[in-house]
Amino acid sequence: MSIMSYNGGAAIAMKGKNCVAIASDLRFGIQAQTVGMDFEKVFPMSDRLYLGLTGLATDVQTVVQKLAFQLKLYELRENRPISPKTFLSVVSNVLYEKRFGPYFIEPVIAGLDPKTSEPFIASCDLIGCPMEPEDFVVTGTCAVQMYGMCEALWQPDMEPDQLFECVSQALLNSVDRDAGSGWGAVVHIVEADKVTTRRLKARMD
Amino acid sequence: MEFLIGFEGKDFVFLASDTSAARSIVMFKQDQDKMTPLGKNTMMAMCGEAGDVSQFSEYIQKNLQLYKIRNGYELSTKGMMNFTRKALAEALRKNPYHVHTLMAGCDSTDGCSLYYLDYLSSSVKVPFAAHGYGAYFVLSLLDRWHKPDLTKDEAMILLKKCMAELKKRFIVTLPAMMVRIVDKNGIHTMPPLLEKDYVTMDTVQDGEPDRSIVRPLIL
Repeated sequence: MSIMSYNGGAAIAMKGKNCVAIASDLRFGIQAQTVGMDFEKVFPMSDRLYLGLTGLATDVQTVVQKLAFQLKLYELRENRPISPKTFLSVVSNVLYEKRFGPYFIEPVIAGLDPKTSEPFIASCDLIGCPMEPEDFVVTGTCAVQMYGMCEALWQPDMEPDQLFECVSQALLNSVDRDAGSGWGAVVHIVEADKVTTRRLKARMD
Repeated sequence: MEFLIGFEGKDFVFLASDTSAARSIVMFKQDQDKMTPLGKNTMMAMCGEAGDVSQFSEYIQKNLQLYKIRNGYELSTKGMMNFTRKALAEALRKNPYHVHTLMAGCDSTDGCSLYYLDYLSSSVKVPFAAHGYGAYFVLSLLDRWHKPDLTKDEAMILLKKCMAELKKRFIVTLPAMMVRIVDKNGIHTMPPLLEKDYVTMDTVQDGEPDRSIVRPLIL
């Protein structure tokens, strides 16, 4: 039994043309038993900044609260919204502080820069090693499946509607091949002028 | 082999817990109350490690009472849940409490809600939930028979269905269940549900159960 697969879950983020997409499944389980089907793993941290967290559910909830606290202090001190790149550093720092007793979570970050509206995605491992790829980031119990789906479906410079299709298909088909994730999905498409949130019709098993 | 069950109804939340207190092969007590009132309209049912249950539930109850004394009003159900979760999460990596919790409350702001809190301190708001081995048997029954607008009588019948299933298929008999309902008027204690009233699935009519074909316990 691995700690990271105790609760199950999946999160994915993709870059598009002047937009980003971030999505997660909705399952909350205790090993083989599904307890909740409404457990979103994507949290809005700021206006155009979203954080997806998979791993041990208790740490997901604790870290989200810790980061929200850090973010609020930052905005009070700096009097401006945080940029996604700086937020990545905050996340990385919070996780590395617990280097020898870590939070069992793997975050993905997706957002638009508050000034330039440039799309940004990144992810970390459980001790805060940051990674900023150009295309997509995936975490969760079905990460391997999601890597395959994303590699096949992703193209650069997709418009928001295309990006929505891409991220939805990648997520849905990956969680259908994993017992620990699924039971519905939520997708956020983040553009400069609006954020669209949709729930997907998925296999409820 | 403890068992907790809770589900939401129309403007109330239904909580039931088994009444056995046992260690290894010995049953100490058959009328144990596993629920703790946290306020006028909020109730917590807790099972798990012996000392941890009493220590942690009393700690939470007294601290929430202190909040009321200091501030003049009680925390909302969601607030109480967050407080409990944080206390358990902080203890997780220091002196962990091995407790399973169901918290039920009725607010003027959020309506009636039921929260599931597992021993690792992950909490989720659910329409129905159960803790213990019994959960494996009753969750699918609740998937099938639970509706968000259950009346109090229908809720009782649903509990009887669940207990009948456990009586038939669970290796451990649960002699009685303590039942409480939380609604906007407060916490109401119902008469305990005894084993003779666990009705088998295939005999539930509207109202009167057919007891003549209840499985005999002594052959």
